[in-house]
Amino acid sequence: MTASAVGGTKQTRGTASLRHRLADRGIDSQLLLMVPAIVFILALFVYPFAYGFGLTLQPTEDTVDTWGGGILANYVRFFGDAFTVESVWLTARLAIPAALFNVLVSIPLAIKLKPKFRGKQLISTLLVLPITLGTVLTAQGLLIFAGRQGWLNHTLMNLGILDQPLTLVHNYIGVLLSLIISGFPFAFLLISSYLSGIDPSLDRAARALGAGWAQRFLRITLPLLAPGLATTFILTFVLAFSIFPSATLVGDPSGSTRVLAVVAYRFFGEQFDYPMASTVAIMMGLAELAVVAIVLLGRSFLYKGSTGGKG
Amino acid sequence: MTMQNVESAPHEDAPTTTEVGPLTAPTPPAPNPAADRIPGDRALSAQPSTWVAWAGIAAFLIFLLGILISVVIDSFGTAWFAKWLPEEFTAGWYSEAWSRFELGHVILVTLVVAISVVALSILIGVPASYTLARRQFPFKKAVTALFLLPVIIPPITFGIPLATVMYNFGLGRTVLAVILVNLVPSVPFVIITMTPFIEQINPAIENAARMSGARMRHVFVRILGPILVPGILAAAILVLVRTVGMFELTYLVSGPGTDTLVVSIFRAMTSAGGSEPRPLVSAMAFLYTAMMLITLIIALRFVNPTQLVARVSAGDDD
Repeated sequence: MTASAVGGTKQTRGTASLRHRLADRGIDSQLLLMVPAIVFILALFVYPFAYGFGLTLQPTEDTVDTWGGGILANYVRFFGDAFTVESVWLTARLAIPAALFNVLVSIPLAIKLKPKFRGKQLISTLLVLPITLGTVLTAQGLLIFAGRQGWLNHTLMNLGILDQPLTLVHNYIGVLLSLIISGFPFAFLLISSYLSGIDPSLDRAARALGAGWAQRFLRITLPLLAPGLATTFILTFVLAFSIFPSATLVGDPSGSTRVLAVVAYRFFGEQFDYPMASTVAIMMGLAELAVVAIVLLGRSFLYKGSTGGKG
Repeated sequence: MTMQNVESAPHEDAPTTTEVGPLTAPTPPAPNPAADRIPGDRALSAQPSTWVAWAGIAAFLIFLLGILISVVIDSFGTAWFAKWLPEEFTAGWYSEAWSRFELGHVILVTLVVAISVVALSILIGVPASYTLARRQFPFKKAVTALFLLPVIIPPITFGIPLATVMYNFGLGRTVLAVILVNLVPSVPFVIITMTPFIEQINPAIENAARMSGARMRHVFVRILGPILVPGILAAAILVLVRTVGMFELTYLVSGPGTDTLVVSIFRAMTSAGGSEPRPLVSAMAFLYTAMMLITLIIALRFVNPTQLVARVSAGDDD
């Protein structure tokens, strides 16, 4: 019975042409517009990624001899070698504080600078400036400005605040500074735009009901802003996590700022160990996605819905 | 004039204060007038928290301007050591950088790469975002997620396997390879920004054109094209800025003769056997920033990147 029923439906469908049946399911010639993009993503993203993953399972003989583990030798090496394991920690130690700083400092500033006042345009323009500076000029500028003989130390020592010049470059602080300079404006602009999406009458209503600023911030602004904060954190974290030029230029790439990107590049460009380079690169992506996933999971518990639109 | 504005501000606020007054009544003559003002209406006044905010902004700007100005001064100076300013000024570093690093060629490569990436990613990305915005089809969610990945994953993560593939195909150190690797984050970026932009365009316009007998090609060229221009320009500028500034991906596949400006500055800073003289690098870095600034200023005269966002939020009212 069931077999004949299935055959029956097939029969009725068969009267329509194949083209119509496909169109019914949303497949027609208009989808050809997607073809270039699909071909692009398969050829330049999916295929290289699959190829890279395949490479990680073909370790060089050296790696197998030293670390064992057969086809998994690259992974054994990644987790067994203090050189690579430590750099996971070094990367997290830079990216998480930088992203947290950028987000946490942007909140009060964005709230303070929300009302219109003279010079607001100028400040916004100045804050966008780092985007044009680029990482390389930022690095060069930090080396000159915050170096041992730079203006910063010069001023502080002439004012008698310091006896010894501060060491702000070629170490952890240098990279952190460069991450803040490039990431903070971005975080500030994003949080400002999320903040402008919160209806100001909510705040006014709370004020009229007698809520103090702390109550209004904790119970009105913060809950409405939290999903935006999570998004901003993810975006600045992603930028900070893949830091490569500044870790090399203003950091200490063989010591305290030996981040995963630097290690991956060493294997790729200096030791020509492509399988190990791909392994580090893929582990780096996984580590980043793990943090992003945790934040997204946390975000899913936060308030979702309208924030009242632009005030 | 400005002084008058400052003077008049408290007077403008005065009526609102009296309006709020009766509501919060019991407190007699308000001890802290600032607290009774409606937020958003008041001028930035001298509250302690305001000063903290300004100090934060000031510290950031000091660093920012200090960095920019010290690079500019360094690029024009000779022998700048523990002093406020260099001993002499010269423009020689620029001509030296220009000839030593063949900056003319480097800038040409940068422009060729940037313009090709912008053109290709618009050509590939916009039709795809049109389909994603207008159509339902099997596996749409999976396809959307796939386009999102290259934007979230660190460039080095997909850059290293991609560069290995490029070298395997014999494309290593060619301009084509530089263009191809830069497309990987750019096309998804165009798709992600353009899809919401297209979603808020009223489909009735296209349907009317189709009813009147326009073919797909005509709908795209005559109807959608003009409406999409502001969004496409905004996306194009963002892609342009990202591509000119993109270091990691270009660095992995470029070589002598195919380096973009950022990469050649980086190579000058880290060149083996002691890096180049510092002012030489400063001169190149400043050229880069000047180029970026000029591009942005010209671009912003024609388009406003916030159009992408503004159009979308305006569409919410429909």
